[in-house]
Amino acid sequence: MNDVLGVLPWWVVVVVKSAIVLAVVITTFAYSMLFERKVMAWMQLRPGPNRTGPWGMLQPAADAVKMMFKEDLTPLTADRFVYRLAPFLSLLAAMGAFAIIPFSEDGQGLWSVGDVNAGILFIFACTSIGIYGISLAGWASGSKFPLLGSVRATAQMISYELAMTMSVVGVLVLAGTTSLAGIVHAQHKVWYVVPQFLGFVIYIITAVAETNRAPFDLVEAETELVGGFHTEYSGLRFGLFFIAEYLNMITVACIATLLFFGGWGPLFGLVAVPGLVWFLLKAAGFLFLYIWLRTTLPRFRYDRLMAFGWKVLLPLATLNLVATAAYIALAP
Amino acid sequence: MTPYVSVAIYLGVATVASLAFCILPGLLAQPRPNATKEEAYECGVEPTSVVGGRFPVRFYLIAMLFVIFDVEAASFYPWAVQMHALRAFGLGEMVTFVVTLGIGYAFVWKKGGLQWR
Repeated sequence: MNDVLGVLPWWVVVVVKSAIVLAVVITTFAYSMLFERKVMAWMQLRPGPNRTGPWGMLQPAADAVKMMFKEDLTPLTADRFVYRLAPFLSLLAAMGAFAIIPFSEDGQGLWSVGDVNAGILFIFACTSIGIYGISLAGWASGSKFPLLGSVRATAQMISYELAMTMSVVGVLVLAGTTSLAGIVHAQHKVWYVVPQFLGFVIYIITAVAETNRAPFDLVEAETELVGGFHTEYSGLRFGLFFIAEYLNMITVACIATLLFFGGWGPLFGLVAVPGLVWFLLKAAGFLFLYIWLRTTLPRFRYDRLMAFGWKVLLPLATLNLVATAAYIALAP
Repeated sequence: MTPYVSVAIYLGVATVASLAFCILPGLLAQPRPNATKEEAYECGVEPTSVVGGRFPVRFYLIAMLFVIFDVEAASFYPWAVQMHALRAFGLGEMVTFVVTLGIGYAFVWKKGGLQWR
């Protein structure tokens, strides 16, 4: 294996790595969708998808084929170029974050496409660009519900992004680096979920809001806004927003794993189990939490959502930051 | 080779993949448009109003507050990474900064800037 890697030019290796990461991520998206439908069904005492293959295992493939052959409509009032650009931007930003996520580590180095030292900043940059996709989609549709849905989405996402950026600063203070691998290495003694419990809780709440998932799915509150920002989209273009949403969920689950749960570090000292397995188990745990929240909690009211973000989460995150800094500064 | 080059290559591959997803519907799906399908969706009735991009001014206020506070949140990052070296001096500087920020925040709260009406 190493001989082959040595012969190839380095950029070919990077291209192959990127393609593998993207393929794995897209497959994970497909099966996390099935996982969500199955788990929701079990929680609501119904079987869920069970006609396509054993346990509905071929459901994602069936959905993909259906999406691809659906008619692709553009309303006459839409701005055609921006209308088509928006899903592309959403998907690209959602995919971009996976460039720097280290999935595991072995003797030869990290299992990531590139480990940049400004890791956290890169992730936040990608999620911020994702907001453009949503706000442009609503604006370009030239229709009432998408426009309202997208301004709501934008206001919600930027408000919670603020609390999110503040909630992880405590981790950076403890680790002394913004590199994701560096943060994982700094957790070899104790996972940051213990000293940064408040930060972790704020992060999880803001992450759910940031990805527009229940109970913060005001963006597509179907009783008020039909489908929200993607009301006018159909076929694969609607599917792209769907993919982007799930990729964002997977990204924040990975980030929660890396920042607060020791990344690929083993549980109970079980070093025999590969790091990748630990990483995937932890990230899958967060995806399960998402689904659990969705089946348990009713949707927030919009004014309460904004008040909660600005008046509770933001001051709490700042308090957490000051307390962490004081601990580092004054500890012997 | 810096890792940023790898990230740039990855973004290139991701762009190609996203573009492929965006071009696919044009190749596979059969568009059969008609006047009703191309109308903006309004729960089945004919569109009652032209969308001129008007929405409540509250959203602009939130956007401005976001810009102000996010720039300040971003300024915490370099400081946080250096905290182990800065220690008490860093803490003092940061508490001063947070208090200044807090005064502005309290002002916005008092003025009702965080109230959603």
